[in-house]
Amino acid sequence: MHPAFSVLVFTVMSGAGYGLITLMVLGHMSGFAPQESGVLIGGGVLALVMITVGLLSSTLHLANPKNAWRSFSRFKTSWLSREAVFAVLFYPFTLIYLLGVWLQGADVGTFVALCGVVSSVLAMVTLFCTSMIYASLKTIRQWNSSLTPVNYIALGLMSGSLLLAAVQAIVAGELAGVQLQMAMGLLVLGAVVKVVYLFWIGKPAGSTINTATGFTQASVRLLDQGHTSNGFLNNEFGYTVEANKLVRLRLLMLALAFVVPFLLLLAASSALTVIAALLVIAGLLVERWLFFAEARHVVRLFHGDQRT
Amino acid sequence: MRLGLVVDLDTCVGCHGCATACKQWNTSGTIGPLSDKDPYGRNPNGAWLNRIRTYEVDDSPNSKTVHMPMSCMHCDDAACVTVCPTGASYKRSEDGIVLVDQDKCMGCNLCSWACPYGARELDPQEGTMKKCTLCVDRIYDEKLPEDERKPACVMTCPTKSRVFGDFDDPNSEVSKLVRERAGKQLLPELGYNPVNTYLPPRNKPVVEQYQPVSLKDTVKGWVNKVISR
Ligand code: SF4
Ligand code: SF4
Ligand code: SF4
Repeated sequence: MHPAFSVLVFTVMSGAGYGLITLMVLGHMSGFAPQESGVLIGGGVLALVMITVGLLSSTLHLANPKNAWRSFSRFKTSWLSREAVFAVLFYPFTLIYLLGVWLQGADVGTFVALCGVVSSVLAMVTLFCTSMIYASLKTIRQWNSSLTPVNYIALGLMSGSLLLAAVQAIVAGELAGVQLQMAMGLLVLGAVVKVVYLFWIGKPAGSTINTATGFTQASVRLLDQGHTSNGFLNNEFGYTVEANKLVRLRLLMLALAFVVPFLLLLAASSALTVIAALLVIAGLLVERWLFFAEARHVVRLFHGDQRT
Repeated sequence: MRLGLVVDLDTCVGCHGCATACKQWNTSGTIGPLSDKDPYGRNPNGAWLNRIRTYEVDDSPNSKTVHMPMSCMHCDDAACVTVCPTGASYKRSEDGIVLVDQDKCMGCNLCSWACPYGARELDPQEGTMKKCTLCVDRIYDEKLPEDERKPACVMTCPTKSRVFGDFDDPNSEVSKLVRERAGKQLLPELGYNPVNTYLPPRNKPVVEQYQPVSLKDTVKGWVNKVISR
């Protein structure tokens, strides 16, 4: 699949923002993390900015954005529609929660606390809907798996936890041990989930050029795809990366998104925590790029690929 | 009704007549225009609703060239409709035709990702999704003579390799062809239940093999002919 930059930015930024708000509110409500109102406001604003930038960026890949408002209309069937609805519902609850923290400090009343909990639930639901847009496509076997939502949610929470630690470092000037441990735990979880995914897509499976053309008892080769230059299908689905470049990018992704941030967190320094958070975002952009570049749509079979 | 096409892979010669007729009819039809980008330049690119690909099946000396025209299969379980967030994509309950409402589409491409058959192409100028309409603006047009109420591609095919009809009616020409010629669906394992069906090439030697005959047999053959008279 062609990796559209706007979609990469959208899924990484909004994923991190939703993860951040969820972990922050849960930490606040359960009281296991330090909770200065400054950190809560800082984290909340950062999350809102990242989510909003992500959502705006996602509209950039629409070819006819004047009809974008119609995308709320098929909630019953379409994951994209559900994502849009929940993404919008998320805003009022989060804004009330943040306003409450701003006015009342960290000791919020029941209503504000309730709005906080609803907003963190909506954050996870929205992230789940985003992942289901991809996971529900039977045409792309690398996406059509429960590993896809697991990946999106694990990596969203992981990047959110690093952002939370970074906000704590910047606003409060010192790190909180609980947050660091949580971030390191989620880094390990994220890495495991990603490596499992990479092994899983490596297994040969799925449709072949034989099932695509109906000639299942003989070899089939493409002679001519019928047009002299690339069309929409070639541009959208024909994206191919050389195998050795893929390997290098996978290593880069594992280093940037998981290994190096983990090592930086071990140092338990404020400055290094901020750098680790930035590295995770960069690493996840590579991860998302690979998620698209390694996905092979069945239409490629009609254009001569032997298998997906 | 389940309207759709049968495509005969035995007789299709890959002339692209159906694709051209389709483009010509539909660019001024209900979902038109079907625009092109850089049509006379080095890299022409545009929205087509029908594409013909050519394959070599099996290995020499048994290999056969097969031309495979593909347009929307008007699937029974059309995921392209399910994923559409705007409701622009829909499947008509009365005849099963899958259409895109050009006034509602926001050009998110998701339906083209959900379609296994490459039947949907984004219009590079309009920014909306285009796909085969089964020529819904021909097949019901009562101003046309009755035998012309067929899709443009079916009308134009010089080898009559495309047949239009109702797959729900067991006595329709399409149903009979599917029965007699063991029609196949493409990518059946994905479970879209495409209506359009492909008739595999008939089983016959593709190229007649030259059989060397010895001089003795030739003479014997002549003698036998003379004697039998
Ligand atoms: S062929 Fe593709 S566009 Fe047509 S109904 Fe099936 S899934 Fe939808
Ligand atoms: S491109 Fe248009 S028709 Fe296709 S899913 Fe998006 S809004 Fe629906
Ligand atoms: S039925 Fe009509 S729209 Fe569909 S491929 Fe044929 S000519 Fe094109």
